Amino acid sequence: MFDDIGNLVHGFAVVLQPQNLLLMVVGIVLGVIVGVLPGLGGANGVAILLPLTFSMSPTSAIIMLSCIYWGALFGGAITSILFNIPGEPWSVATTFDGYPMAQQGRAGEALTAAFTSSFVGALFAVIMITLVAPLVASFALRFGPAEIFSVYFLAFCSFVGLSKEPPFKTVASMMIGFALGAVGLDQMTGQLRLTFGSETLIGGFDFLIAVIGLFGIGEILLTMEEGLSFRGKAAKINLKIVIQTWKELPRYWMLSLRSCLIGCWMGISPAGATPASFMSYGIAKRISKRGHNFGKGEIEGVIAPETAAHAAGTAALLPMLALGVPGSPTAAVLLGGLLIWGLQPGPLLFVEQTEFVWGLIASMYMGNIVGLIVVLTCVPLFAAILRIPFSVIAPIILVLCAIGAYTVHNNTFDVVMMLVFGVVGYFMKKANYPLAPLVLAIVLGDKAEVSLRQALLGSQGNLGVFFSNGLVATVMTLGLIALFWPIIQGGWTRLRSGKSGLRPAA
Amino acid sequence: MSETAHETGGTGPSHRNVEAGVAVVVAAVGLITVIGSLRVGVGWGDDGPKAGFFPFYIGLIILVSSAVNLFQLFAAENDNAVFATWRQIYKVLTVVVPTAIYVAVIPYAGIYVASALLIGLFMIWLGKYSAVVAIPTAIAVPIFFFVTFERWFLVPLPKGPIEKLLGF
Repeated sequence: MFDDIGNLVHGFAVVLQPQNLLLMVVGIVLGVIVGVLPGLGGANGVAILLPLTFSMSPTSAIIMLSCIYWGALFGGAITSILFNIPGEPWSVATTFDGYPMAQQGRAGEALTAAFTSSFVGALFAVIMITLVAPLVASFALRFGPAEIFSVYFLAFCSFVGLSKEPPFKTVASMMIGFALGAVGLDQMTGQLRLTFGSETLIGGFDFLIAVIGLFGIGEILLTMEEGLSFRGKAAKINLKIVIQTWKELPRYWMLSLRSCLIGCWMGISPAGATPASFMSYGIAKRISKRGHNFGKGEIEGVIAPETAAHAAGTAALLPMLALGVPGSPTAAVLLGGLLIWGLQPGPLLFVEQTEFVWGLIASMYMGNIVGLIVVLTCVPLFAAILRIPFSVIAPIILVLCAIGAYTVHNNTFDVVMMLVFGVVGYFMKKANYPLAPLVLAIVLGDKAEVSLRQALLGSQGNLGVFFSNGLVATVMTLGLIALFWPIIQGGWTRLRSGKSGLRPAA
Repeated sequence: MSETAHETGGTGPSHRNVEAGVAVVVAAVGLITVIGSLRVGVGWGDDGPKAGFFPFYIGLIILVSSAVNLFQLFAAENDNAVFATWRQIYKVLTVVVPTAIYVAVIPYAGIYVASALLIGLFMIWLGKYSAVVAIPTAIAVPIFFFVTFERWFLVPLPKGPIEKLLGF
């Protein structure tokens, strides 16, 4: 524990170097822009900018990239409140009360509340990461292949159980990711597979290309179809409003705490920020005394989803750091970055790359403070970006995506693949297939497969190895519960309503 | 998200048909995965499970889940929803087609010239901007990218004959 504090202090020293502070501000600003613009989100924003960091030191690189992520989380709130357009899926719930507040001329208040709650949520999650991640990592060091596979199993099952898309569509999407990830060289036998004689397929499908295509191009196509026109409310925000709102916020500490907990829990399980924000909003609406006023411009309706979304977005980095299992698509892209910089994500990171890990954790603290200052001071600037018409923004985003796809391997064929993934993403999104599990499966496919095969090799093909000791059996059982959660939940409600039906209100 | 409000009175391909099409394509991916796995062996080799072991079962799961999705689609009542109106599809195509040409041109013309053309034509054609506004924007943006990527971050991007003429 004391070692950790020393490491964290050292991490702050690394982060506070002027060069890293500058990267932090650059990252936040880029991130907010990415979060504000439709078609650019956290995941593909980071994916596009990842190649720029190949020449940096891993610590500087992760500082910049994670700050892009924080910036994107902050940025989503701006469009939701001022324009009633969620820049990111996790800020959809913020529009419910944020936009009505802006219509009533309380935009400044709503924005301050949103940014501050984001900050509180993130801070809560970072403190949790600081305390919990080293413990989880040292625990996970003892994991064998069966245990590692069980963690992957749990992660992927949670997707099926917790996502709001139909379960079999989630499964289909996830398995396509695994199939794409399996193409090319088999890591264990060195054999080529699923290439069907094509040379371009030997390298397999790169998930960065998939991310840029599915999330970037796909999103632009959807935006184009919906024919967005931005007609926003003016952003009036000054120190007086900020301080006034800050005075009011401590009253909602209970709401904040609850939203933080929901966010952390949803963030660690790979459900991610989007369901966390909806869940937090829903519960707040049910519990709050002013619940009937939700949707008409209630400040609690802004605090709840924003706190939870940011807590979830931040907490998603915990399993990525400690176990090598990312909790969100953006965390998956960051994990891909680690691999490219030659770092092996997972528990060993805490032992072998202390400077990197604690630099990242320190940058989470600093990044969120810098982020809060940047967004509070620059809202009008960011809002102005949205007033640039889509017919100018769209081709520029397309060009950025193409550059991002090309720079991954310096290969123009990847740019073609990006467009293919974009069209695929458009159809999948329209047909209600979730994209996040697909991306995560491409990233983790190889690792999950290797741990599965090693475990089976050790047990001579006996599936009992996954229930051979208390730990692995518990994790696998949790996975199975997560997998069949919709059925369990359905059965439970039916059981309860059946009972109440038998005994009518006395 | 998928339940976007459609412009009233618009016609277009039915949502059910398109979704069925997606399910069939998904199933085809599963089938290809299964066939590819069978080629490299899906059983137990000298050093444990063979290379096709894992993807084989993945392929099977894809096939099964796609079958369930198809079944559920046709078991539910047809709501006669449209996937997207023809007008919307036209709008989507106005992005897809130029981007496809853009992507095809990059290896020959380089990314900077292709990007300038994409931005310029997009602004004039879809944004109805006058050439006076569009052309400077179309030239300025790639130059900005050139400075950022090639100069600051030292990331080389594909270049064509025009860049060669200029000596890069």
